[in-house]
Amino acid sequence: MTLLDVKNLTVRYGALTILDDVNFSLNEGQWLMIVGPNGAGKSTIVNAISQGVPYTGEIRYLDRDVKRYRSHELARNIGVLSQSHFVGYAFTVGSVVRLGRYAYAPGVFSGNREEDERMVEQALELTGMTRFADQSVLTLSGGELQRTFLAQLFAQNPRVLILDEPTNHLDLVYQKQTFELIRSWLKTPGRAVISVVHDLSLARAYGTHALLLDKGETVSRGAAADVFTPEHLNKAYEMDVSAWMRTMLGQWTARRDGTETENE
Amino acid sequence: MFSLATVATVFLCVCVGSVNLPLNETLRVIWNAIWGLPQPESMSVPIILSVRLPRVLCVALSGAALSICGGAMQGLLKNPLADGSTLGVSSGASLGAVIAIAFGITLPNVPFAGTVVMAMAFAFLSLLIILSLAYKIDYSLSTNTIILIGVIYSMFVSSILSLIITFASDHVKNITFWTMGSLLGASYQNALLLLVALTICGAVILRHTRELNAFAISEDNARHIGVPVRRVKLVLLIAVSALIGVCVSIGGTIGFVGLVTPHMVRMIVGPNHQRLLPASLFGGAIFLMLADLVARILLNPVELPIGVVTSFIGAILFVVIFYRSRRVRT
Repeated sequence: MTLLDVKNLTVRYGALTILDDVNFSLNEGQWLMIVGPNGAGKSTIVNAISQGVPYTGEIRYLDRDVKRYRSHELARNIGVLSQSHFVGYAFTVGSVVRLGRYAYAPGVFSGNREEDERMVEQALELTGMTRFADQSVLTLSGGELQRTFLAQLFAQNPRVLILDEPTNHLDLVYQKQTFELIRSWLKTPGRAVISVVHDLSLARAYGTHALLLDKGETVSRGAAADVFTPEHLNKAYEMDVSAWMRTMLGQWTARRDGTETENE
Repeated sequence: MFSLATVATVFLCVCVGSVNLPLNETLRVIWNAIWGLPQPESMSVPIILSVRLPRVLCVALSGAALSICGGAMQGLLKNPLADGSTLGVSSGASLGAVIAIAFGITLPNVPFAGTVVMAMAFAFLSLLIILSLAYKIDYSLSTNTIILIGVIYSMFVSSILSLIITFASDHVKNITFWTMGSLLGASYQNALLLLVALTICGAVILRHTRELNAFAISEDNARHIGVPVRRVKLVLLIAVSALIGVCVSIGGTIGFVGLVTPHMVRMIVGPNHQRLLPASLFGGAIFLMLADLVARILLNPVELPIGVVTSFIGAILFVVIFYRSRRVRT
């Protein structure tokens, strides 16, 4: 089933065109990777879907224009993780994560306390943030802050995750953990993920589908294997992408005796 | 705890003044007044009932209102320098009051009413101008637009203020005294008006504590978790401005309370608006009552403008608390 359908999405700031007539759709079970060089308009797609920038064209969720959903209805279905976080005041990790339950109780007295607490605890557990629950977010490292907001997103429990650079600030261990976590999250039927990713290797390893952008225009879209071809990548990045990747990975190839090669 | 301290402060401030009154006598007079019992023949009765009590009530209510507005704006705009006057409505209200003073606009038989009514009318007018301007410039009502428009509007209004002061030189003393904030002529009607405004606007603000938490984390985050960002912003801005408009109309521009109290309270109860705003309400009342007490007794019989005291005490107190809390943390 199609969850999200984006048609003729165009975003302009004055005379500047950020996104030019972008089309794609997202079905259940898909993980769509949005890739492309800096300034391609990747994050703008995320902001348009979350109603953060004015746009022309249409974004439909379950065949209904997202503009016609009420804010909390939309938030229960589509959850967004921002690229960067800056919190002004000393909120605790727990209270930030708990705000993820807002969409289920937009009124003061509505909502199910036990369900909320259970989801918050589960989200803290999943992201490994339980022991930070009472700590101020101002004392966290960039990666811990990123995981706090990821936990908020899991507490929000939407059907579609939209992640803008989800492993920004994360070291290798948490990069791997986060991507594995999202992959297992996606196994539940009815769900889908869109993520903006810089690391092409990660995008290729985890994405089922991809959208390659350059300067606001679509270079290629479709199944991941069809998008990540040397021809498309070289065009978008204006360099020999696979040659560079091979050089980079070549440094780590094991010798026959099992030790790693020295840098040449 | 906060509410008990507030009640205690009310009685302290009623008792202490240029004439000190014993606590039990004060309590008896107020008790008799509430239940309509006959009062003893004493000088203290008119002092308590027609001078001190209405004033202390007005001061407490103003302090509470200014502080809850400050707390709400600091969260909404995610800016620790914001307070209720950031939007520019209080400058508008001052302009109304100054026009009333300079041109001698009064209502027949009711002293001070001309200033109050004019200030309120101008506060409302300012709110309309500022919001429609913000809408025209930036439909999404972004934080920076709001702050900028507030600053520009305040500067524009203060230039008109200076112009009026230049031409109305014989009223300068009255105008200056008013702009520094004074609750000298406070009456029960004023207190009632403040109470009504505080109840209505305060209830609106307190209903939005979770939204304010989200805004204080970031506006994007508020949008992502499902807060109807633009509507909540508009509702809160109107509630804050209406309340500030009433405060300024009655007490003049009392500075610093709305800025400092939420910070001091935040250091005690944390940034969660569910606790921060109610605590600011009481904290602001206590702070302003004590400041008013100092203003009355420090250079007795000369009375200081309350704005001078709040800024003076507030600044020092703030530095002390800030310094100590920083040292504890590191």
